[in-house]
Amino acid sequence: VQRSPPSGPVHSRAHDGQVEVALPMPPQVRRRAPVCASQVVLKMHEQRKTKQKNDDKTPEGAVPAYLLDREGQSRAKVLSNMIKQKRKEKAGKWEVPLPKVRAQGETEVLKVIKTGKRQKKAWKRMVTKVCVVGDGFTRKPPKYERFIRPMGLRFKKAHVTHPELKATFCLLGVITKGTVVEVNVSELGLVTQGGKVIWGKYAQVTNNPENDGCINAVLLV
Amino acid sequence: MLESTIIFAIHGDVERMLIQFQDESGEVLGNPFDVPLDITPDKLQLVCNALLQKEEPLPFAFYARGEAEVVTSLAVCVKALGIETEQVLPVVYQPQAVFRVRAVARCTSSLQGHTEAVISTAFSPTGKYLASGSGDTTVRFWDLTTETPHHTSRGHTHWVLSIAWSPDGKKLASGCKNSQICIWDPVTGQQIGKTLIGHTKWITWLCWEPLHLNAECRYLASSSKDGSVRVWDTLLCRTEKIMTGHTQTVTCVKWGGDGLLYTSSQDRTIKVWRASDGVQCRTLQGHAHWVNTLALSTDYVLRTGAFDPAHATINAQDGSNPERLVSGSDDFTMFLWNPAEEKKPLARLTGHCALVNEVLFSPDTRLLASASFDKSIKIWDGRTGKYLQSLRGHVAAVYQVAWSSDSRLLVSGSSDSTLKVWDVKTAKLSMDLPGHADEVFAVDWSPDGQRVVSGGKDKCLRIWRR
Repeated sequence: VQRSPPSGPVHSRAHDGQVEVALPMPPQVRRRAPVCASQVVLKMHEQRKTKQKNDDKTPEGAVPAYLLDREGQSRAKVLSNMIKQKRKEKAGKWEVPLPKVRAQGETEVLKVIKTGKRQKKAWKRMVTKVCVVGDGFTRKPPKYERFIRPMGLRFKKAHVTHPELKATFCLLGVITKGTVVEVNVSELGLVTQGGKVIWGKYAQVTNNPENDGCINAVLLV
Repeated sequence: MLESTIIFAIHGDVERMLIQFQDESGEVLGNPFDVPLDITPDKLQLVCNALLQKEEPLPFAFYARGEAEVVTSLAVCVKALGIETEQVLPVVYQPQAVFRVRAVARCTSSLQGHTEAVISTAFSPTGKYLASGSGDTTVRFWDLTTETPHHTSRGHTHWVLSIAWSPDGKKLASGCKNSQICIWDPVTGQQIGKTLIGHTKWITWLCWEPLHLNAECRYLASSSKDGSVRVWDTLLCRTEKIMTGHTQTVTCVKWGGDGLLYTSSQDRTIKVWRASDGVQCRTLQGHAHWVNTLALSTDYVLRTGAFDPAHATINAQDGSNPERLVSGSDDFTMFLWNPAEEKKPLARLTGHCALVNEVLFSPDTRLLASASFDKSIKIWDGRTGKYLQSLRGHVAAVYQVAWSSDSRLLVSGSSDSTLKVWDVKTAKLSMDLPGHADEVFAVDWSPDGQRVVSGGKDKCLRIWRR
């Protein structure tokens, strides 16, 4: 029984056409794919649409080497900056990297600890946020402690980043409580006009120290 | 004796006191002797010259106890310092340059030719040739006798940021924003050798090896934004050594007289390298922000040492003391270092209210000038770093300064388009030189003291003379 019709003359014709011919050409010749006219037109349209980098012209505004890497302030910018400064002074706003800080209630910061034989007394509190301790910190006798500061949340050091230099210093700090802290920057070597070395600057804490286990802050310059 | 050759007129009962001449390093000259309190500096000069027994009398400046200068008479100093007349007063004498450079007063010519802002200018060590680099990618050589253009050298593909003359005055190196360095011949204006390629970002500073270390003027040091410093062999046109170590842009490189290379960088450090093998010797730390500029006390001597324009008195101190380095930074302060020996700075120079753009030792290394973006120039003592005076007058940032070769005058170019010539002794403005239409980017005083050149954003180069 014949399963499929036998191949007709069409197939054999096609088959015949695929005979390999040995052409008299050197073996290394690469044949370029023929580009049709429409492809060329499309490319020309593309070039017109996209901006070409003009390699021949050198950019204007030549500045000496000591002014490269610096943003030259145009006069218009200086004036607008002056006006903005005056407006801010009037409003009394203090510019900080994180301007909006969420207010935290007492229940969030202090956790109630139940003590006593029947766990009914509730006069002890445990601090749930990062707190600062001075160098010579010793706990009060545990029986009389009203505020418990867990050891894991006591900090003396903070990682403070200078925003311009993008360098991080590990500073031993006199850290006061709150999101804006005062930091000891005498290691940085900054100096005032009078020649005195600056030792204190403000920095704003940028993470949740009680979650991360470290304090990261940005220096307010 | 000496007193017999100098007659002191005694008017009534003028007090007398004993003085002892000392030179700057503390060595005493002669015996203490008796002078009236109203003695003037010229008479003190006569005495000093007689004691030193020189054939030609030298001019001197006198400082009572090394602090207060004797200007009108000794009595004024004694009163100011509150010295007792019973004791012997040490009077320090300082030889001054024999020649006087006169302040430049007028613009003799405005050289046009550049089609973009002029960003660097320099006189050759002899003072015969002038070269300028500009934003139009050309380096132009100017003939100083006729004050006309001499050659235009094309070869760079971007702004020519820094130029440096070789210490023998026969070659000029120029570095551009495409990190290429070309060497030019000032006589023909043609490029010597091949373009030196190697840096990956723009060139910030170029410095040749001093003549006394190598008389051929073969090696050139270049610093770049890519954080590396390369020493090039200009004869074979290839890199000899690469010194990496800085983590950010290297802003300045200086080749010292002892074969040490000093580099300053935006990573707040200054590194000292040995030029012979490229090994880092020391890192000088202390700045709190980018270090913009360096100045060596031997800068002027290394620039002009091969030639001797009327520089008759070179301070003998320089030979014995090691060279000092001053660094100016964006943290508004400068440090005075003794880099060959110590890691700690000698002094910290504070007082500016904005970043320090350029510092420069005076040719006799006694004074230091610092130009800052706070519109003032401050003068400091070159040895101790003590603050001396402020020069105020500019209304915008001061970009560059240049000393005259007798160390008495200072010219400064500023963003407010004027140049000002200051008399350092009196701390007063000597000459105001307006004329540029836009910011002045580069100034230089020729080593023979005749001319000052300034170039700026208005694309023309101005030459100023007396």
